[in-house]
This record gives sequence, structure tokens and C-alpha cells, in this order.
Amino acid sequence: MIRRLLALAALVAAAVLLSPFVLSSTDTGAMPQVAQDYIRNAPEDLGGANIVTSVIVTYRGLDTLGEVAVLFAATAGVGALLRSASKTEKTIGPRREASEILETGAGFLFPLIVLFGAYIFTHGHLSPGGGFQGGVVVATAFLLLLLAGRIRAFGHGPMALVESLSGFAYVAVALAGLIFAAGFLDPRFLPRGEFGRLFSAGAIPIIYSLVGLKVGAELMGVLAGMRPSEGGAS
Amino acid sequence: MIVQAVVATGALLILVGLWGLLTRRNLVKMILGFSIMDTGTHLLIVGLGYREGATAPILDASTPVGTPMVDPVPSALVLTAIVIGLAVTALMLAYAVRLHGSRGSAAIDDFKENAL
Repeated sequence: MIRRLLALAALVAAAVLLSPFVLSSTDTGAMPQVAQDYIRNAPEDLGGANIVTSVIVTYRGLDTLGEVAVLFAATAGVGALLRSASKTEKTIGPRREASEILETGAGFLFPLIVLFGAYIFTHGHLSPGGGFQGGVVVATAFLLLLLAGRIRAFGHGPMALVESLSGFAYVAVALAGLIFAAGFLDPRFLPRGEFGRLFSAGAIPIIYSLVGLKVGAELMGVLAGMRPSEGGAS
Repeated sequence: MIVQAVVATGALLILVGLWGLLTRRNLVKMILGFSIMDTGTHLLIVGLGYREGATAPILDASTPVGTPMVDPVPSALVLTAIVIGLAVTALMLAYAVRLHGSRGSAAIDDFKENAL
């Protein structure tokens, strides 16, 4: 009972803290200066049509690098926890075979989904989307194959290779910005190109594609870790 | 008007999630509460970046430079927050699986410090 009352008190305190946001959201006042600057200057400065991407990849690029590092740490944690778990625990029984529809459908959809994911992360500087979204889409394609039983497990080698190579290339591109342009993660060492084309906005599409590959490989790692180990099957 | 509804929904989801996090005793339900709270935070932050009559901060032929646009910084923050939320949820679930494996129970009360 006392626990419920304490929870209720915490809830009331949180409601009081949140109420100014709800009450003041009618405010149509001016944007913060930094946001105005991003909107005014980012398209000309970097050549990317998507200002959110410009903020993520360039202006707050260091945050994104840290974010990818956090994602990597969490994935490594999931892998370590579940791999050691699968050794000690009893395994589940043999899996049921996937139905014909799922198997055929997965084979048909797999290349399309991977293509769509690659489209999303290579066009992150032009349209809504980017490395994180595209990476998740690519990972779902592999999840589909796994569900359909087309592959038994992910090859750990190629996945780790893609993940570490893309992470390494990300930092290498960032350092290239330090040497050939104004600073770490500055994408302007490559030509700005024609506004709105695929090959434009300096190194932004390259960085976001690398992020996409890395995120995709990391999420596949999570999926591989979550997959229960099999008993007597195959 | 719509944005007020979004912000209010976000705040409500934060409260619902917090209530779940504090009162549930099952680890998986607590993680669900956390996820609901996470979603509420995303709605709240995106809602705060909205400006009346503005479009998404993406330039193309129909929205040239100078079109009123919403604040891009909250959108970028939420994109980051979604990914981190996913990673944290996956890690928490992995811990829950591990704890359940060691005790055969997912209730938080079974994991008192001295009982381990």
C-alpha cells in the first residue's frame, strides 16, 4: 500500500514537471537562434536538402559517433549475456519448419527489402530517412530469412567484418574532414555537387551509408543473440 | 491544436509508463513501462519543436529556401533517442532473460540483494 502511495506521489510530481510543456505548447514564438541558423545556412553551407540529416551527420556529428558507440556497447552486452546464457540453460526443442508461403515469400521479398534499406540510407541527405532507418530495414530483411528458416544462423564472421570495417571507415572519413577541411567530421572535403542530386552534400551520404551498414550489422547481432539455441534440430 | 494533443499524449504516456515502472513487479512489464515512457518522451520532444504552419525541414521543389520550417534540432534528438531507446530495451530484455534463467522467476521481489 505504502508503495502505491509513493508511486502516486512520484506520478503527481512528474505531472507537475510536465505540465508547463503541455500548457505552453500553443506558443508560436520564435525558434531558438541555433535552429534558425541551421535552417538558414545548412542547405548552402553543406549542400544537403534534409536539414535534420545535416544536423545529425555534421553539426552534431560527434553525438552520432557516440550514439553508434552506445549501440555497439549495448549489442555487445546483449551478445555476451545471451551467449553465456545459452550454454548453461536447457535448450528448446526442435523448431517447426516454416510454411511454404513464408519460405517463398521471404525469398522473394529479401532482395527488395535490402534494396529499399540501401535506398533509404543512401538518400538520407535528400529525403526523410538515413543510416539508422535504413540499417533497421536491412536488419528486418535478415530477420525474415531467419523466421523462414532459410538461414539457420548468421555467419558471425562476415557480420563482424562489415560492422568493424564500417565503424573504422566512419572514423577515417571523420579524420579526413579534420585534415582536408575545417574539422573532425566536416564533410566538405568532397565537392558539394549539384543540390538535390545523389552525389552531393560532400561526404554526408558516405558517412550515413557507413552508419547504415554498421547499424544493420549491429541489429543483426542483436537478432542472432536473441535467437534461442536449438535442441535436436538439424 | 493538433500539436497540443500530441504533446499532451506524450506527457500522458510518460506518466503511464512511470506508473508501470514503479508499480509492476514483473521485469518484462517494467521494461514495457520503460518503453511506453520512452515513446512518450519522443512525442513530447517532437511536439515541442513544432511551429504553427511550418513544414518538415527538408528542402525540395515545393518547399524552397525560406519556407517556414519546424525546428530540426528536436527531430535530430528524437532520432538519436529512438536508437538509444532500442539499444537499452534490448539490453534490459537480455538481462531479464538471464535473470529468469538463473532463478526461474521474472518477479523483481525474488532478486533481493541478500538473496543472491
